[in-house]
Amino acid sequence: MRLHRLLAGGTVALALALAAPTGPALAEDTLYVPLLTYRTGPFAGSGIPIADGMRDYLVMLNERDGGIGGVKLVIEECETGYDAQKGVECYESTKGKGALIYNPYSTAITLQLIPKAPVDKIPILSMAYGLSATAVGEVFPWAFNPPLTYWDGASAVLAYIAEQEGGLDQLSGKKIGFIYLDAGYGREPIPLLEQMAERYGFQLLKYPVPGDQMQNQSSQWLNVRRDNPAYMVMWGWGAMNPTAVKEAAKIRFPMERFIGVWWSGGEDDARPAGADAVGYKTMNINAVGQDYPVIQDILTHVVDKGLSKVSDRSRVGENLYNRGVMNSVLIAEAIATAQRATGKKLVTAEDVRLGLETMSFTEERMAELGVTGFFQPFQVSCKNHAPGNRVYIQQWDGKTWQPASDWFESDREVVWPLLEKAAADYVAQNPDWPKRAEPCA
Amino acid sequence: MGGLLHTVLVDPFVQMWTLPDFFVQVLWEGLVSGILYALIALGFVLIFKASAVFNFAQGIMVVFAALSLVGLHRLGVPAFVALGLCVLIMLALAVAVERLVLRPLVNQPDIILFMATIGLTYFLIGLGELVFGGEPKVMITSELLLPTGSYVWETLGGRVILQQIDIAAAVIAAAMVAVLAVVFQRTKIGRALRAVADDHQAALSVGIALETIWVVVWFAAGVVALATGIMWGARSDVSFALQIVALKALPVLVLGGLTSVPGAIMGGLIIGIGEKLGEIYWGGLLGGGIESWLAYLIALAFLLVRPQGLFGERIIERV
Repeated sequence: MRLHRLLAGGTVALALALAAPTGPALAEDTLYVPLLTYRTGPFAGSGIPIADGMRDYLVMLNERDGGIGGVKLVIEECETGYDAQKGVECYESTKGKGALIYNPYSTAITLQLIPKAPVDKIPILSMAYGLSATAVGEVFPWAFNPPLTYWDGASAVLAYIAEQEGGLDQLSGKKIGFIYLDAGYGREPIPLLEQMAERYGFQLLKYPVPGDQMQNQSSQWLNVRRDNPAYMVMWGWGAMNPTAVKEAAKIRFPMERFIGVWWSGGEDDARPAGADAVGYKTMNINAVGQDYPVIQDILTHVVDKGLSKVSDRSRVGENLYNRGVMNSVLIAEAIATAQRATGKKLVTAEDVRLGLETMSFTEERMAELGVTGFFQPFQVSCKNHAPGNRVYIQQWDGKTWQPASDWFESDREVVWPLLEKAAADYVAQNPDWPKRAEPCA
Repeated sequence: MGGLLHTVLVDPFVQMWTLPDFFVQVLWEGLVSGILYALIALGFVLIFKASAVFNFAQGIMVVFAALSLVGLHRLGVPAFVALGLCVLIMLALAVAVERLVLRPLVNQPDIILFMATIGLTYFLIGLGELVFGGEPKVMITSELLLPTGSYVWETLGGRVILQQIDIAAAVIAAAMVAVLAVVFQRTKIGRALRAVADDHQAALSVGIALETIWVVVWFAAGVVALATGIMWGARSDVSFALQIVALKALPVLVLGGLTSVPGAIMGGLIIGIGEKLGEIYWGGLLGGGIESWLAYLIALAFLLVRPQGLFGERIIERV
């Protein structure tokens, strides 16, 4: 009898525990920032360092400064597994908690959230990913992709290849291979690359890698061997990256002619191939290493206090970790800018949208934030949501990434009109797309 | 129309003829992939033969085994000791599955057992991530004395590059298949297993312990998973993405039959070589990336001729 009561009591207690609301406690005087992350599944290799970097910077602000403008941040991670459906579920389950901003960390999720943003009035920050056309602020007031778009990336990598070959006119007649994750993310730069191929007369060879073939790319690389392109450009993510580097080495493709986008440049992307990966290059938009005040503050206030989820102290400062930090610097600056603009400490998502659209990373402001040299200065505007079209090339030396070029720009003369056209096409395909409430000056 | 027919029916064969070294390379890559698919499929077949359970967890068992190996080595355990411990972990897993999953569900419909293996999959994903974390890890290839270089075979007016790890994979897979064949054909436990596969109740009536057989087959599938994890991990890295590779076993099983060890091997080779030839010589016509569904197309084409699969048992039911 006692056993039955015990069991019944335990069951009730368990039921009550399960019925209790989960997630962090939300006080009225806090700023709620949900983070759509993925620490599990096939893309966890790329997702974990970014999630760690994003989270650690925001935790550092809480620990060092008491939050932003004296208001504590409530940070809640929601696991998407890089799956669009789960990403939307995360969005729907957190938006009612007063979410100030969303970082989908997936182009597919971003595409799903772009139409929801003007309805729910919560801005989307897809930092250097997502739909390239959202750079056009006149059309997409609620979506931001600073500092630059995938189309800038495609333009920049071609500029780099042209520089290696002695000029854009030298691309004519050459074969340039493009291996990409066959998903929204990987397909995003194709329109730009195709137009560039037509303009400069090179042959674009496309090698799609389906999601279920990420670790089984021998066919794609056999095709590369047969086609013998002069350069290979990669838009890979998760387990696709290290496999591609290994397969490239396997067919003896010259590594210094293999260039990835900034999302294909994690340490774990190059490391598994060992010495064979030496020479592999990627574009980058942030610095690598711990020699920055912002990283030192994270080490002091978060990692050394045991508040980080990072698996090892040495992983702080790795490329994708720093990318996550950069992302959160942008989040925090958007909130801080909103606070300054409105005079309110407890800003709303609409205020943060204004903050995103007016935030300015000048040398002075970057020095205040401890991010001098961490990324390039840029200033978002009403018209231009991706104004920082600069990258540099990094190269794997067998142990770490080393800069292999100065910062250089994409060709905005070419890219911007195409972005505007793509934005106009988006509106044409979505007749109910809401017009911007206040046109840009 | 004529141009299309030429592109589909003539060009690929001209390419094969004019670049014979490349054609051999494609066949070799297909063979290696096929052997690895066969290894994965073998894990499914072993369990299905003995218990009529389609083990959805076979893919995550590959990941779990490989993660355990690398994880133990990271803790300072020497590579071969870690390998031995991993074999014991797979044995412990087999015992646990039999005690906690299969035994309570005995006599339940097959679909219940199938659902249980889906549950097991999510349990192992969670356990693996909890213990080892989600970050990809580098397989301890050289520590296990597996070769990592490559041979270049100058032949047919060109070159064929043979990765030593691929050769090792082929040899190890062949050895495993041979050992399993001997165990099943020549030993008492093998005969018992075949008896269980033929008829559970008849096997029980002659004193064969069903529980022991289940532990044995799950353990054998675990060892196969460990070997698969080492080989695929060496080709790429050790991460949870490896479980997706296990999906490649499905068309192999459709083709080879769920109950046939030779079927798994032949099915793996046919799918491996077929999808490579298809992707390389015909894939471009469809924009590339056709491998994922081509494997199923090949399997379906075979099924039109042999509905029971290559070596599957022909089921005749009187109605």
